[in-house]
Amino acid sequence: MTLTHFFQHLANAVYLGSLYALIAIGYTMVYGILRLINFAHGELLIVGAFIAYYGILIFHLPWWLSFIIAIALGALVGMSLERVAYRPLRERGAPRISLLVSAIGASFFLQNLGLVIIGGRHKSFYRPPFFAQTLQLGDVTVMNFLFILPIITIIILGIVFLLVYRSKTGMAMRALAKDYPTARLMGININRIIAYTFALGSALAAIGGIMYALRYPAIHPLAGVLPGLKCFIAAVVGGIGNVPGAVLGGFILGMLEIMGIAFFPHLAGYRDAIAFIVLIIILSFKPTGLLGEQVVEKV
Amino acid sequence: MLELKDVHVYYEGIHALKGISLKVEEASIVTLIGANGAGKSTTLKAICNMVPYEGTISLRGQDLRKIKTHEIVRLGMTMVPEGRRIFTNLNVMENLLLGAYARRESKKVEEDLEWVFSLFPRLKERHKQQGGTLSGGEQQMLALGRALMSKPKLLLMDEPSLGLAPLLVQEIFKMIETIHKEKVTILLIEQNAHMALKVADYGYVLETGTVAIEGPGKELVDSPKVKEAYLGREVEV
Repeated sequence: MTLTHFFQHLANAVYLGSLYALIAIGYTMVYGILRLINFAHGELLIVGAFIAYYGILIFHLPWWLSFIIAIALGALVGMSLERVAYRPLRERGAPRISLLVSAIGASFFLQNLGLVIIGGRHKSFYRPPFFAQTLQLGDVTVMNFLFILPIITIIILGIVFLLVYRSKTGMAMRALAKDYPTARLMGININRIIAYTFALGSALAAIGGIMYALRYPAIHPLAGVLPGLKCFIAAVVGGIGNVPGAVLGGFILGMLEIMGIAFFPHLAGYRDAIAFIVLIIILSFKPTGLLGEQVVEKV
Repeated sequence: MLELKDVHVYYEGIHALKGISLKVEEASIVTLIGANGAGKSTTLKAICNMVPYEGTISLRGQDLRKIKTHEIVRLGMTMVPEGRRIFTNLNVMENLLLGAYARRESKKVEEDLEWVFSLFPRLKERHKQQGGTLSGGEQQMLALGRALMSKPKLLLMDEPSLGLAPLLVQEIFKMIETIHKEKVTILLIEQNAHMALKVADYGYVLETGTVAIEGPGKELVDSPKVKEAYLGREVEV
């Protein structure tokens, strides 16, 4: 492999890694608060991508406005999902396994609703010229978005970290992750904070979905399944419930997926298996994930 | 200030409270003592609407039935839960700020933070430390400090001395008196009956979900009935 190729692959890897990181945060935040794997998270990616797609196609919105609307509506869809599929169970004190089944049901429902409304044919996602332009850096030729989007991602990650670790709401989220009844005693409205968490996670999913569609522009209602699953794995690899862990897991998975194929091109067919192999290896050595919580507690 | 009238609680199939009536007068310390399972914690949970109950509970004449648990702190009533329940994953400072979560006036919150730090200098020293790394006594102080950050008019305390060394227990009781001097009304639940009755203006002895004996703290301390009821426990301890 030439150095040029290497950098091209690296750009791809950083891109995919940051994409995975964004999506994995949604899984990990929801898990941290509800102890629930939101299996419908992958569908939220595609919801975001399709809203952006139709915003441009049908409503002729400028691409950036369409993207912003898609992110906002994506957050709304995520909040509604929690309202309809999880909150009723939670408030009746249903066991966690029921919520999990509800999550799987919501995932299938959204997939099939998409198939009914949109159909299963692949749609070609619009790539704004701003993103599609190529950039020549020495011998390396890459499309703009491979550079722009990791930068956007890093900015978004920074905002998310500020929100979670510096804001009052973030503090409430972390308190909730530990202890519901006591959080209530502090005056925290649990339903509201959970709704915020879903809004944030789903907005990130919508951003991730749009980024995914920019990279792999053929979108269809089932396109969210595999990236969704991989990002779930990324969250587990990093230590589910841990936000920095999700970022780490996302980058590791994205890097390995691209670089693994780059160095061993004949394994290209196994590309999607890499995430699972990484998961198995890491969990056999560190069952709580890389940054999994093992708080030292004195009683 | 706080009044319970004929409160019944059925909790996980058990008739845990069988018609409890009690009053907490403004600016007093009232204690609720009794053996394990007498219904002390359940009473507090009913007050905070954490368990369903029958009967009426009112704070300054306002019926609390419709008030959700998370709204209670805004009425000036704060609970220090049993077992401290500090947020072990947050640092000391964040724990304290969560106590003031429901408050809007950030200036006053800062003043109160200084006040809490002056009461518990240890917490100031350790304000960046994770809650889970504190010792048991420090955690209890954090739980107390966190509750004070809500600027309560009425403080409900569930077994603050539980699991603490005798010296720390004394410190906690001294703190309770200090807090009381700031015009905070206190409802104190204790297994450590002797110490609780000594600081209390009024006491209630619970037995299997009913009020068995009540009276001014000083009287109860010397009451033969209370002594009798607690003799077994004293030996046990």
